[in-house]
Amino acid sequence: MPEIRSPGDGANREPPRVGVYVCHCGTNIAGTVDVKAVTEYAAKLPGVVVSRDYKYMCSDPGQALIQQDISEHNVNRVVVASCSPLLHEPTFRRVLSRAGINSFFLQMVNIREHVSWVHLDKQAATEKTKDLVRAAVRRVSLHKPLQKRRVPINPNVLVVGGGIAGIHAALTLADAGKQVYLVEREPTIGGHMAKFDKTFPTLDCAACILTPKMTSVGSHPHITLWTYSEIVKVEGYVGNYKVQVKRKPRYIHEDLCIGCQECITACVYKEGKTPDQFNLGLSKRKPVYLPFPQAVPQKVVIDPETCIQFKSGKCKKTCVEACGERQAIDFTQTEKFEEIEVGTIILATGFKTFDASRHPYYGYGRYPNVYTSLEVERLINAAGPTGGEVVLRDGTRPKSVGIIHCVGSRDANTNRWCSKVCCMYSLKLAHLIKERTGAEVYNFYIDMRTPGKGYEEFYDRLLDEGVHFVRGRVAEVSDWAVHPSEEGKLVIRAEDTLAAFVRRIPVDMVVLSVGLEPQADVQEVRRLFNISCSTEGWFLERHPKLAPVSTFTEGVYIAGACQGPKDIPDSVAQAGAAAAEALALIDAQFVELEPYTAFISEEECSGCKSCIPLCPYQAISFVEDKKKAAINEVLCKGCGTCVAACPSGSIQQNFFEDDEIFEEIEGVLAYA
Amino acid sequence: MKYTYYPGCSLRGTGRAYEESLLAVFRALDIELEELEDWNCCGATTYLSVDELTSYALAARNLALAEREHRDVIAPCAACYLVLNKTQRYMHDYPDIKLVVTRALAAIGLTCEDHVRVRHPLDILLHEVGLKTIAEKVKIPLKGLKVAPYYGCQIVRPYATFDDQHNPTSMDRLLEACGAKIVYYPLKTRCCGGSQKGTLPEIGLDLIHYLLSEAQKNGAEVIATVCPLCQFNLECFQKEAGNHPPISMPVLYFTQLMALALGASAKTIGLQRSLVSIAPVLAKKEIAYA
Repeated sequence: MPEIRSPGDGANREPPRVGVYVCHCGTNIAGTVDVKAVTEYAAKLPGVVVSRDYKYMCSDPGQALIQQDISEHNVNRVVVASCSPLLHEPTFRRVLSRAGINSFFLQMVNIREHVSWVHLDKQAATEKTKDLVRAAVRRVSLHKPLQKRRVPINPNVLVVGGGIAGIHAALTLADAGKQVYLVEREPTIGGHMAKFDKTFPTLDCAACILTPKMTSVGSHPHITLWTYSEIVKVEGYVGNYKVQVKRKPRYIHEDLCIGCQECITACVYKEGKTPDQFNLGLSKRKPVYLPFPQAVPQKVVIDPETCIQFKSGKCKKTCVEACGERQAIDFTQTEKFEEIEVGTIILATGFKTFDASRHPYYGYGRYPNVYTSLEVERLINAAGPTGGEVVLRDGTRPKSVGIIHCVGSRDANTNRWCSKVCCMYSLKLAHLIKERTGAEVYNFYIDMRTPGKGYEEFYDRLLDEGVHFVRGRVAEVSDWAVHPSEEGKLVIRAEDTLAAFVRRIPVDMVVLSVGLEPQADVQEVRRLFNISCSTEGWFLERHPKLAPVSTFTEGVYIAGACQGPKDIPDSVAQAGAAAAEALALIDAQFVELEPYTAFISEEECSGCKSCIPLCPYQAISFVEDKKKAAINEVLCKGCGTCVAACPSGSIQQNFFEDDEIFEEIEGVLAYA
Repeated sequence: MKYTYYPGCSLRGTGRAYEESLLAVFRALDIELEELEDWNCCGATTYLSVDELTSYALAARNLALAEREHRDVIAPCAACYLVLNKTQRYMHDYPDIKLVVTRALAAIGLTCEDHVRVRHPLDILLHEVGLKTIAEKVKIPLKGLKVAPYYGCQIVRPYATFDDQHNPTSMDRLLEACGAKIVYYPLKTRCCGGSQKGTLPEIGLDLIHYLLSEAQKNGAEVIATVCPLCQFNLECFQKEAGNHPPISMPVLYFTQLMALALGASAKTIGLQRSLVSIAPVLAKKEIAYA
């Protein structure tokens, strides 16, 4: 047993007295590891004064055992062999604190995830457990007393994304009195929900329930709304983030524009010429436009790509004339950058829909009357390009419509996941199309997935309404006719797997129920906020069941479909949860940070500066007069990059010092 | 550029025009082809359904022979192309198949290490030679000859290695480079019926008719194919169409059209072997071929 290094504060000069606690975890561990044998083995290791096993070490009696030994046997180092430290390290650290010793005199050995759950051979698993316990006993003897850092929390919150999730989170926080910055990339908030006419399964009007919330956001005294803006830089750490926001020029002074839209009427373009993005290209807009009637903020935007003034500089500028004395139009506007300080961040950046042209055999982009579901949402919407009329490209009403489910979902060639909302929105569209046009509507599905309150009942209702359901993945949509009845129609070919034959169903209109995908720039956003993504590109929650809105970065939360496909109720629920998590943190007023920071031994630092550019958090600076590097402990997140890179070995990391790590390695390798 | 050439049985039988025209195209583009010595039947798709292991061994023998040349192999017949690729893939993915096939090859002193690439002429012409080179060597432009490009099922399914599985365009682009006009042909990868014409003639005739009538409807003057069986099916049963009205449509290998454009004479590329002659169409278009 090596000598304990003096930490300098005299706190641990006494020789180590290690207590080892081996947990059965019911049969989770004891089923595969001979817990008794491990306990007996540990008792004989140098420095160990007490060694015990217990059925559930994390239970109150289990914790009491440890606490008792600390006071009665003067145990001053604790090794707990149980589950992953992610689960119970905080529990056992609290035990040490309660017993009056530094909570970092604990070392956990993960003999569940790393041993019992992954091995079958009980004898070998027991031997491996002994090795790991021995390593921990040796390591823990070198542990130094550390203190968690306390930092205050800035009560301001940044919400990124102004869809229904972002709106709900922002309003919840603002109503609780917090200052909220809501940043949205598009010129208006509202997100995908603003494009819908009705919502399933209640068929209540999307605008009727969304727009009151949108206007509340626009007028809330505690919300600063920046649309047409993007986050470009995030620095700092939980409680203390510094964020830079780029505000794209809309060539309109937002404070002067009153949303009268007279400039739009006056524009030299008599008709719109540019595909209207909000209507997914189903209508045209002018260079100066308002995305949709209920847009928030009610401020127009000028698109420099199509505006004559920007292209030639020779426009008559009838818009400026119309704006008159208000002088809200400003062709010289440039992008602006705003710096804000917030304590917590909620990401609600949403999703994009699957690009249907990736399935060439469904004819999207080739046959004009093949639509995506989102396009049909706009056709159905009373404020949409056809005023709510479901019509074909030639303006006539379809007599028959086929809705193809799972386009870009549950498909090994594109996306494997179920997009969760498509069955229900397809039912909704089927109902609305039938209601508006009287057409025969065919749904082609793989499985109908309708779990949710009132969802299955809605499906039943559609069956009663006479909508047709064909179980079978559609092979293709084509315009070649085999039978005279198919002439001029789109023919949907699918195997009806319930009737066991191939159907050819001619229809006038095809609706592709496109799945949900992560946003295209999800990797950049992930890096910006230093969080993780699943392999598919959905933002990764800290725990799929128990921490669904937290991320692995403290103070950064996720809400809505950026975390995975979600319908409106789920998005709103998650947004509320994310807001509550942020509030909990804010109301605690400070946060404790792990002390795993790096530190520099000044006499050994050669001043080579190799560490400085490597630090992802800009925590290392160079002190010119001393010619030494210095680490800002507050910015350091303990990633260890500089520690590994330092050529002179002068950078060490708390809790991961070289001697601690070497002692652990030697402990594992020392066959006893 | 030099490649090992694996003709397969069809190109020596019903598909002679394919071989003649293919060789003419490659000659015109200065690409050397060396025929694989002592090649055997690939087993085609029929043998696969009778005895899988023997058929893999048959195909693997060709791969083993080709490996000794250390060059990519060209397999123009769609069935050969599929079977050789499939054998490679299966030997790679399934150790039990590899074991048996390796033993069978060892018995005749061969080894198959899975390092030749089996490629289709479409792939070579598009990606190795390139459209620019081909366009430069065109002597007799096809003057907007309306072609329905028909790929059939085998070269894109299940292994779409050089083109899109559902909407391949390699042949479209090659023929466009020769001056042809590609007509809209949504059935370009649909099945020609394969051997159904022999076993279930009603179904086979329906499938053939769909392909022919769609080409006709879209204004095609000729159908271009890459597969001897497709060519056979589409050309031979135009008059015997069951309930369907008869159709008259030349069906050529894409290499015949390319060879024409590159200046080869009709006789050397097997145009005289056609049951439905393309001569009237070419005369109408005033394409004065050699």
